[in-house]
Parts: sequence; C-alpha cells; structure tokens
Amino acid sequence: MSHPSHPGRGPERREGPGIAVAFGVSALASLGLTVLYGFGGQPQIEGILLFIALGGLGAGLILWGKQLMPNAPFVEERKLNLGRPEARAEVVASLEEAGPDAGRRSFLAKMLGGALGALGVAALFPIRSLGTAPGRALFRTPWAGGGRVVTIDGEPVAAGDFEVGQVLTIVPEGNLEAGDSQVILIRLEPGEYEPPPGREDWSPEGFVAFSKVCTHAGCPVGLYQAGSQELFCPCHQSVFAVLQAAAPTAGPATRPLPQLPLRIDEDGFVAAQGDFVEPVGPGFWNRPSA
Amino acid sequence: MLKKVARWIDNRLGTSAFTQDALNKVFPDHWSFMVGEIALYAFVVLIVTGIFLSFFFDASTSQSVYDGSYAPLVGVEVSDAYKSTLEISLDVRAGLVMRQTHHWAALVFVAAIVVHLCRIFFTGAFRSPRELNWIIGITLLILAIFNGFTGYSLPDDLLSGTGLRIAYSIALSVPLLGTWMGFLIFGGEFPADQIISRLLVTHIMIVPALIIGLLTAHLALLWRQKHTQFPEPGRTEHNVVGSKLWPTYAAKSLGLFFGVFAILVLMGGLFQINPIWLYGPFEPQQVSSPAQPDWYLGWVDGALRLFPAVELRAFGFEIPNPFYPGVLLPGVTFLALYAWPFLEQAFTHDREPHNLLDRPRDRPMRTALGATTLAFYTVMFIASSSDLIAKWFTVSVLDLVRVFQVLVILIPPAVGWATYRLMKALAGSGAPRLTEMPLSALTHPNGRGNGAFPHQERGRDAHAGGATAGDDGDGRSAARTGGDGALPAQRIDDRE
Repeated sequence: MSHPSHPGRGPERREGPGIAVAFGVSALASLGLTVLYGFGGQPQIEGILLFIALGGLGAGLILWGKQLMPNAPFVEERKLNLGRPEARAEVVASLEEAGPDAGRRSFLAKMLGGALGALGVAALFPIRSLGTAPGRALFRTPWAGGGRVVTIDGEPVAAGDFEVGQVLTIVPEGNLEAGDSQVILIRLEPGEYEPPPGREDWSPEGFVAFSKVCTHAGCPVGLYQAGSQELFCPCHQSVFAVLQAAAPTAGPATRPLPQLPLRIDEDGFVAAQGDFVEPVGPGFWNRPSA
Repeated sequence: MLKKVARWIDNRLGTSAFTQDALNKVFPDHWSFMVGEIALYAFVVLIVTGIFLSFFFDASTSQSVYDGSYAPLVGVEVSDAYKSTLEISLDVRAGLVMRQTHHWAALVFVAAIVVHLCRIFFTGAFRSPRELNWIIGITLLILAIFNGFTGYSLPDDLLSGTGLRIAYSIALSVPLLGTWMGFLIFGGEFPADQIISRLLVTHIMIVPALIIGLLTAHLALLWRQKHTQFPEPGRTEHNVVGSKLWPTYAAKSLGLFFGVFAILVLMGGLFQINPIWLYGPFEPQQVSSPAQPDWYLGWVDGALRLFPAVELRAFGFEIPNPFYPGVLLPGVTFLALYAWPFLEQAFTHDREPHNLLDRPRDRPMRTALGATTLAFYTVMFIASSSDLIAKWFTVSVLDLVRVFQVLVILIPPAVGWATYRLMKALAGSGAPRLTEMPLSALTHPNGRGNGAFPHQERGRDAHAGGATAGDDGDGRSAARTGGDGALPAQRIDDRE
C-alpha cells in the first residue's frame, strides 16, 4: 500500500558502497581497540575508536534501511477497540462473582482491607531503624563542653601568634570531624567590633568566631572578603557582615551566623566558653524563634 | 536455519501470528519521534557502562590514606568511595571512558526526556486516550533526575558532598517531618556514614528497577495504542502511516542506537566531565567554588539563589527559606505536569480521543503557556550559574542576582505573549513552516489572504480527515473538518 506523495523515497533508490565501507571501518576500529587495550589503553583514543566502531555500525544500518529496504509509506489501520460497553459489563459481572451476597461480601472486604492496612502500618516501622532520632541533635554541637579551639589538623591556636586580619577554620579539640561544629575564627582590630547586648565578653582581644554552616542551606561559608569584612557563601551567594555580628546583608539567608562565645585560656590559647546559644545551620520546623 | 528456529519456537509458544503482526506494525517517520528513542538508548548505554563501573566502585566512607597514581593526592586521607572512583578513572584500563560516558549519558538521558516531553506537550500527544502514558512519562522524568543526582553524589568528592549537604538542608526544611526525613534518609545528622552505601543501592537497584518497569509499561501502552501522527494527506484518525517494524524501522532504529552510543563514547573519551581528582575528597569544612549541580537540577539551584530572604512561621513553627524553592516549587512543577492533560480537558471540554497531532500553531494558547513555562525554568537554570556569569563579565554577583530576580518575573510572560502572537500569525499566514512565514504576517496576524500560502492550511485540513483542531484562538474548540476519512476517532465515554 505505497503512497506516491513522498518525493525522494520512490523506487529509484540506489545502493552505494557506503554500507559495506561503514561496516568495514567499524570492524577495523574494533580491531584497533583490541590492540590499544593490549598496549595499556589511552582514554582519548579509546573514545575515538569506540566512536568509529559504534558509529560505523549505526551508519551502515541506517544506510541499509534507507537504501535497500522498503521505504514507501505503509498504511496500517487502527484496530484498537476502545470502550466496548458489553465486554466491560461482562468483566464487572465476573469480578463481582467473588462472594455469595453483597452485604456479606462488603463486610468481609472491609475486614480484609483493615487487616491489610494494619499490616501496612506495621511494615512502616522498620523505616524507623534507618537513622537516629533527631532528638536534640540539631540544638547542640560538640562545642558544648567548651575547651580549646583547634585547626582542622588538631593544632591549638595561640592568641599571641594570631595576627589581626587573619582568618582560620576551627573545630573543637577532640572532635575534628563533626559537620555542625565548624567555625570561622577572625581577629579584628580591638574596638572595631561592637558586640550586641549580652555578648560583650564573647570576643576577647578582638577574636570573634561564627558558625561556618550557612543558615540558608548548610554550605560552609567558605569565602572571606577582608576589605569589606564580609563572609560569602559560594553555594547561593548569601553575604554576612562580620562587624554586624554576621547578619545577612544579601542573598537568600534570613538569619545571622550564630556566634561562638570565646575566651583566652590560662596558657594563652583561644578556647570556647561553651556551646552556641542557638541552633547552627539551616532552619527546621521546631527551631525556636530568635 | 531460520525456518528451523521459527518452527521450534512456534511449536512450543504458538507465537507466529503475533510475530507476523509485530513485524508488520507501522511506525510513523518524523524526526521528532526519535527523541524518545534517544532517551531509551541513552538509558541502555547507562546500564551497560553502569554495570562495568559497579564492579570497581566501593561505596564505603571508611577513610584511608591515598597512595595511588595521582601524585597530588598522595598522603591525603580519603574515603574508599572516593579512592575507588579515582582508581576507575586513572588506573582501570578503559575505566575513564566508561565513567565519563556514563556521566554524559546521564545528562543526555534527562535532556532527551525533557525534549521528548516538549514534543508530546506542544503537539497535544498527551490528549485522550494517552493520559496514562503521559503520567508514566512524567514519573520517568522524576526518576531520571533523581537517579542522576544519586549517581552524581556517589564519588564522595567535595562538589557532590556539597550537593548532598544542600539536599539534606532541603529535607530538613519540610514542616513537621523534615528533621525525621533528614535523619532517616542520611542515617543521622549530616554527614552520616551510611549515606553513600544507601545511595548506591538506590542508584543501581531500586530506581533502575522502577525505570525499567515503567519504561516497559510506557512502550507497551505505545504499542497497544499505536503512535500518533501529524495530519497529512492520507493520514487519518483511523490509520498509521510510516515504515514497517521489519525490516526498515528496525534497521534505522538499531542504527540510531549505535549512533547514540557512538556520540556518547566520543564525548566520554574526549570531553572531561566531573574530574573529581581536581575537586578533592569531601570534607565537611570545605567547599568548592564555583559550585553548580548537573544541568537537570540547575532550575532548583537557581530557584534557591533567587528566592528572596524570607521565611515564615506558622503556629509557632518555622517554615524555612529553602522549603519554598526546594520543595514547594518542584512539588508544584511535577503536580502541574501530572495534571496537565486533565486541566486542559477541563478548559477545552475536549475529551475525545485523538490520534492526529496538533501543530503548535493550532493551539496558540497551549503553545504560549508551554513557552512561558519553559522560559521560567530557563531563567532559573541560567541563574544557577550567576557566580560564573558574574566572573566572566566582571560584574557584582549580588547585582546580577537582583537582575535575575526581575527577569524571572518579566521574561516568561513576555515570551508567552510573543509566542501567542507568533502562533496566531503563523496560523493566519498558512505558511507550511515557521521559516517560510512572511514577516508581514506578524503585523496582520489575521490576514489569511495576504500570505503567500493561502491554500495550504485548508488543503491540509481537507485531506486530514478526523479531528484537526479548529483554530479559534483560545484553543477551546475541537471542531472537526471533513475529508476522506471524515469519521472522528472512536468515541469513548468516561462518564456513564
């Protein structure tokens, strides 16, 4: 049932040498792959040879289909019979043969549904085993015990060796890995930083420390612009002004980076007074309002 | 030989009649019908390369000191997941080609699904009786994006670790359930050790099994309902015009498979992707800059960047900022996609089965809505590279974000309006294709007689038979035009 209206797909198609050449080139490339593999392989050449091997097969098959196979449009009738009421009525009748009378059947069906539902609920409980309960985990960090601050390599920070303008990522001593305890330590000019009420003794000798976990989506606030004294999150471009107690000044973050209360211990090392007074990191539903 | 095999199988299964039907099945020839096939074949490439990778990958976060062949990382403490990915890339013969081909195939897989979705949308192929296959298709898109993300996160490198960190924060942001969701999915507070092995099971077992099942159903429904086709002389609601499955369509489609595979291995061999040795291993205190997800999550990342710094509290509980762009927006996006065939039916009152496709101009309102939506997601996608764009053009990234916040509101309606005007002009001009439309049609959109193709539109209708949509501008009419196969597609009635 060919249709005459398709120019260029008529019976005058000719076979060129292309098909055999394509398959031949493909076979050669595969041979080349074997040799290359024997010599230890090389990613770029592997890619090119695989391209030729697979592409030769593809080109050959497509040319074969276009040049040598029947291409005149064929017409097939749609025989699909949609929505036949008689057949459907029979199906419904068969399905309803599941019990003696409608009342009894409906009662048993409800019991079955109840039993399956109860099993479904019981089967949900193993999901609980997947993780620890949130509990108070989001409300506290390993800083709770106070103690010295250390670099991510575990080195303590001597206050005297730390220059004004210097920046360092610190973690609590003895707990280098936790994700929520990373803190940015910055030393400012004495008097440059005006602490908010209640935090007057949190920044001894110009040392200030803010949680490094962005309050937007939790990325480490990894960039510090010394000139403007701003912390910058590379993920979604939230900006926090250090001199304004790390309040967000641009980007999607809505809350300041929590400040870690610091002290200088008796040996002259920088230490924490205790934990943050608010949860660090991104928001969650039961986070208390500031 | 062939005779013997045929006899052996037929004597046992009695499938000759079915096989004969299948071999004769007609598939329409139109380039746009290949896009779904490209997605299918990219998925096959993903399975082939993925099986190879799974033999070498070690989904453990146990730490050890790296002493492999990549000198800059020797002596650095890395996880087994990261180390084994490095070994696949640098030490396993053909490993890098396999890994990069796998990654490129994933990007092409999702891209082909999206283009296929656009084809189905703009030609009205989702209409009755094909709503079910639309729903399966949207589910496949969600699964493809999800599995792309799980795979991207497996190597435990710094970039993907940052992505996981953001995913965890988005999970936390869900009201009431968020903290439990975050802790149960990750095994505890981020970064928990279990996540990589869980991602592996999800990535290579659960989601692929779902994709294979749904893909089978997708193709089975397509087989049962047969393809749609564009209206052309000889094509009606009651036939399918094209090539037979055997031999022509089979040869061309198999050729396309090898072609897709060939392009993907070429990209895998020549174009570097996700060089995790440059990013370094994941450390919770470090972050890479710039940080972008793979392209198919760019719209979510862009939305996170553009959404203004607000968050609400309701009944004393917080609804955090990432909830709106990270949960609400994707939720609404996919719900709207699922609902679209039914929404359109509610608006147009057209519940008839359709086997002939619309051209985008036939339904200017639908086409304009689709273009508006695409523009909206495209602006957000571009905004996910705001830091890179700011660097290239040496402008302030913060100013650029503000510009994008305005553009994401202004551009979509502008694109929608322009598309609507263009479709009206195109339909009015009667030009067979957009590139042949005279520019004057834009200024006189309803001047059917002024175009160079006054007869084309009506000529097409007259031959099409069946249900070509009448063009009354708002897409409400499903008027039929007569022709050789003047019968409409068979009526079905869902409301008894």
